[in-house]
Amino acid sequence: MHKESAIRTPLILTDKTYHQITEDVCAPVEGKANKYWYMAFTVALIAAVWGLGCITYTVGRGIGTWGLNNTVGWAWDITNFVWWVGIGHAGTLISAVLLIFRQKWRMAINRSAEAMTIFAVMMAALFPGIHMGRIWMAYWVFPLPNEFGSLWVNFNSPLLWDVFAISTYFSVSLVFWYIGLIPDFATVRDRAIHPVAKKAYSILSFGWSGDVKAWIRFEEVSLVLAGIATPLVFSVHSIVSMDFATSVIPGWHTTIFPPYFVAGAIFSGFAMVQTLLLIVRKVVSLEAYITIKHVEYMNIIIVITGSMVGVAYLSELFISWYSGVPYEQYAFLNRATGPYWWAYASMMTCNVVTPQLFWVKGIRRSLIASFILSIFVNIGMWFERFVIIVTSLHRDYIPSNWSMFHPTFVDIGIFIGTIGIFFVLFLTYARFFPVLALNELKSILKSSGEFHKKQ
Amino acid sequence: MSNKIIYALYNDDEVLVDAAKNLVAQKISIRDAYSPFPIHGIEKVLGVPWTRLAICAFLYGLTGTALALFGIWYFMIDDWAMNIGGKPNMAFYQNIPAFIPVAFEFTVLMAAHGMALTYFIRNGIFPGAEARNPHPRTTDDHFAMEIHPSDNAGMSEEDIKKALEATSPVEIFEKENH
Repeated sequence: MHKESAIRTPLILTDKTYHQITEDVCAPVEGKANKYWYMAFTVALIAAVWGLGCITYTVGRGIGTWGLNNTVGWAWDITNFVWWVGIGHAGTLISAVLLIFRQKWRMAINRSAEAMTIFAVMMAALFPGIHMGRIWMAYWVFPLPNEFGSLWVNFNSPLLWDVFAISTYFSVSLVFWYIGLIPDFATVRDRAIHPVAKKAYSILSFGWSGDVKAWIRFEEVSLVLAGIATPLVFSVHSIVSMDFATSVIPGWHTTIFPPYFVAGAIFSGFAMVQTLLLIVRKVVSLEAYITIKHVEYMNIIIVITGSMVGVAYLSELFISWYSGVPYEQYAFLNRATGPYWWAYASMMTCNVVTPQLFWVKGIRRSLIASFILSIFVNIGMWFERFVIIVTSLHRDYIPSNWSMFHPTFVDIGIFIGTIGIFFVLFLTYARFFPVLALNELKSILKSSGEFHKKQ
Repeated sequence: MSNKIIYALYNDDEVLVDAAKNLVAQKISIRDAYSPFPIHGIEKVLGVPWTRLAICAFLYGLTGTALALFGIWYFMIDDWAMNIGGKPNMAFYQNIPAFIPVAFEFTVLMAAHGMALTYFIRNGIFPGAEARNPHPRTTDDHFAMEIHPSDNAGMSEEDIKKALEATSPVEIFEKENH
């Protein structure tokens, strides 16, 4: 059995038993949802319906309904795409990278973080789809035989790499998440009383029995999937950054983009996990499992990745000056002092300045402060993508082409709508799925439980 | 030869492991054990060999790399070579850096899904499959050991049960083997 030092902070508080863990995690699934759940679900549903309306309008009328113009051909759509993909990265990082590093604290948060990943990547994949204009031709991004046209897709293009990266990432994350869920669905199945629930969870649990061989295979699959998901996470956001970095637009054409985007993705993903879990732990009473220590660990990752992003911003500024290329120098000067200075300032404040407060122990262990600062990071990371995309485009080489981007109600509606759809999915998940990895928590109870540590 | 299966139910993983060691020392063959979470080391006691799924994953991954590189060569070089911005693209070896991302993603795709599919098939789990755990609480907080009297030809059922009772189980029960 795994041994752990007695002075290391326990990961499961109070005197929980195996059965108590089952009870605590199954309670929200088996009980009735409270009024806060219904209130949150209603708000999310309204936003989702509004967003779906705007998407339908876009598909029907074309992307002329957005605020794009000749100069700014990419704006909120790609901003939202990169923002959502970035948020998605924390889930795989927590479940894969922390599994390889044998970080036991991941077990309280991995399930929800992976759910968040899957829903976030779904939201992300929506944007390139609707930006195509003719979404019913979306299957043309795949290499299909010549009956569909005389040319194959271009394997030299980072946009095509993105197709492969996002679809691989989504499907592999989904499988990883589901394989972990099967034994926990079996727990819910074996406790279910209502015949419909019993049948539903019986189908969802795939007839899991939990014998020795099944568990050996389970552990092997988790480890190997974690091993191949780790380079996958890094590759996906590197490829997203290459959508920009391989072009010749000043402000985009930089080699720092892949590592800088990956750090930013982890940063924003952890912020979103923090936002969601601080609510979840309270609403479904899981304070004994998602402890202050868990919150602190996540804040440490936020401050580290936030500082990496800060260093990347400063290196960009330095390199643009050092390069001696006037276009590059102007692009960055314009970012910081041009008409979009307020976006740049918001990005710098929310991503570089405020997360530094987490160096103070009292702040990173405070739930309220963590919640507020995680929201700041979510906002800051949206502005980062907006700054990179719009400020690099809006000043073209010819001043007569200079322009500004003004979002229309459709742009805003689709963005709000994806947040709504995301929360509809997440709240549904929190209601019907075991939100903590039951089987994993039970396996660390004796080594990391507070009661067992005292003995 | 009896067609029964004897199960012993325990309420702690360490008790189960100790019991299994005890029974194995008495030359009683244990068919299987059911637990709500993986118990490390039980496979050695029961003599269950480690899985070869990782080897499968490697082979699926290799297949993915080979398929991706072959496909890209066919699409971009052989079938319809395109001159895009004058970049080198008429020879596979010159163009290979641009092909690495897709080849990598496809390798991961094949390795992960191939392995997951093999996992489902080998475990015999699929939507709608019948659960085979002997007791509903083996997915909650109980641990069951499965002994087939047919595996222990030299012993009577009473002897096996007597040996089981000495290992402090919560319950011993029997089921017909179908």
